[in-house]
Amino acid sequence: MGGDVVIIGGGQAAASCAAKLRALGYGGTVTIVAAEPVLPYQRPPLSKKYVAGELERERLLIRPADWYVEQNVKVERGVAASAIDPARRRVSLADGRTLSYDSLVLATGARPRQLPAAIGGDLPGLLTMRDLADADRLAPDLKPARRLLVVGGGYIGLEAAAVAAGKGLTVTVIEAAPRILQRVAATPTSDYFRALHQRHGVDIREGISLVRLIARDDRAGGAELGDGTTIEADIVLVGIGVLPNDDLARAAGLGVENGILVDGSCRTSEARIYAAGDCASLLWQNERIRLESVQNAIDQGEHVAKVIMGETADYDPRPWFWSDQYDVKLQIAGLNRGYDSVIQRAGSRTGSQSVWYYRQGQMIAVDAMNDALTYSIAKKVLEMGHSIPPEQAGDASIDLKPWLKA
Amino acid sequence: MPKVTWIQPSGEKVTADVPAGHNLMEAAVANNVPGVIGECGGCLSCATCHVYVDAEWSDRAGPPGEMENDMLEVTAAERRGTSRLSCQLIAGDALDGIVLHVPQA
Repeated sequence: MGGDVVIIGGGQAAASCAAKLRALGYGGTVTIVAAEPVLPYQRPPLSKKYVAGELERERLLIRPADWYVEQNVKVERGVAASAIDPARRRVSLADGRTLSYDSLVLATGARPRQLPAAIGGDLPGLLTMRDLADADRLAPDLKPARRLLVVGGGYIGLEAAAVAAGKGLTVTVIEAAPRILQRVAATPTSDYFRALHQRHGVDIREGISLVRLIARDDRAGGAELGDGTTIEADIVLVGIGVLPNDDLARAAGLGVENGILVDGSCRTSEARIYAAGDCASLLWQNERIRLESVQNAIDQGEHVAKVIMGETADYDPRPWFWSDQYDVKLQIAGLNRGYDSVIQRAGSRTGSQSVWYYRQGQMIAVDAMNDALTYSIAKKVLEMGHSIPPEQAGDASIDLKPWLKA
Repeated sequence: MPKVTWIQPSGEKVTADVPAGHNLMEAAVANNVPGVIGECGGCLSCATCHVYVDAEWSDRAGPPGEMENDMLEVTAAERRGTSRLSCQLIAGDALDGIVLHVPQA
């Protein structure tokens, strides 16, 4: 099969789509348009091992440079796409060139949400954590006795806090909601991670509003808080979520609503244009969601490749997520969206624990902390479409392995 | 550089030189070995890099670690005595020439 595939975006979804196209024998051209000046790389280690200096830059790459040559996948690096013309099937690049396509894949990802400029969101030196460049800006500052202020108690902020605390920095995390991880997890999981960070000396302040960031020496240097206190810091990192990069799609007239709207085939409102990864808004159990995860970037990127090659089945996401903080590995199976009850299960080792989410009695997700076995069982059971009743999940004396054969 | 060979269920073989210190999941991805995915990048979270170590090499590769052992309970393909997550196998002199069998997808 021939033709021209253009993929806008240079992340995991783009790399997975390109690789799958070649694996399926696609014989046409494949061009990745990457705004960043690097080959597609893994983002998850940025806020973990990479920023901690434990993983070399070259090993972040999803595929080595040779692979792109061998597989005849062209990567236009350091150039953004500036417009899409669906009628003429052309993409304009910021450097003035245009690319023609038979199939276009939008894998544009997401960008960190910024604080409003009115409260200091535009101060010089303010850091976020999304790109390699962000991690490279933070890494040299991770030195003992420095003070880090993290605005936002989500996974990214907490991972950065963990690395910084491990490097001997004085770390404060402020969270406007009543508890950290409120948007993504239930109270027991928040409690677990609060205690973990506190044991490592991190000052976690929840339910506290940010009045404004303050400047010192013309750089972001602290924050004025709603309780009248002020925190001084050498480094300020903002981790308050991401926004989908859907501007290009919107400008081209594609359907967009908190992400690029796609159908089960990952098609946008234009038949020859697909979207995959963090930027795509997909249907999950009759609701529109975006999945911000490596799993989705890989699987949806691959699904687009299959559709281009003639696949007719719908994309069926199997969401899972992970986070590493200190010596704790959190693994999440499923999506806890809309949960109405949770139960806890003690793990077999010290500090291992899981939190199970139910909606109308049906198991929908599990957070497993240092409990890979429980995670693995829960993930399989969810994928089989089964549900372990809360009274069994909550009783640590009951072996859950028989559920794998159900 | 240490050599590593992957054998597909079809019998198709790939042999590659792998830099010492690299794990054999990233080596498989770098060498375009089908069936070894490595979604989590090698941090023991996903079990998508499951392989069977060739019987000749199984002793030298050693048993899985505690967490790896848990993850191996529920791999996509059946678990065998020689099952390992290849992100936990590190290229080096001790495993120079190792042969890995990729499970049936």
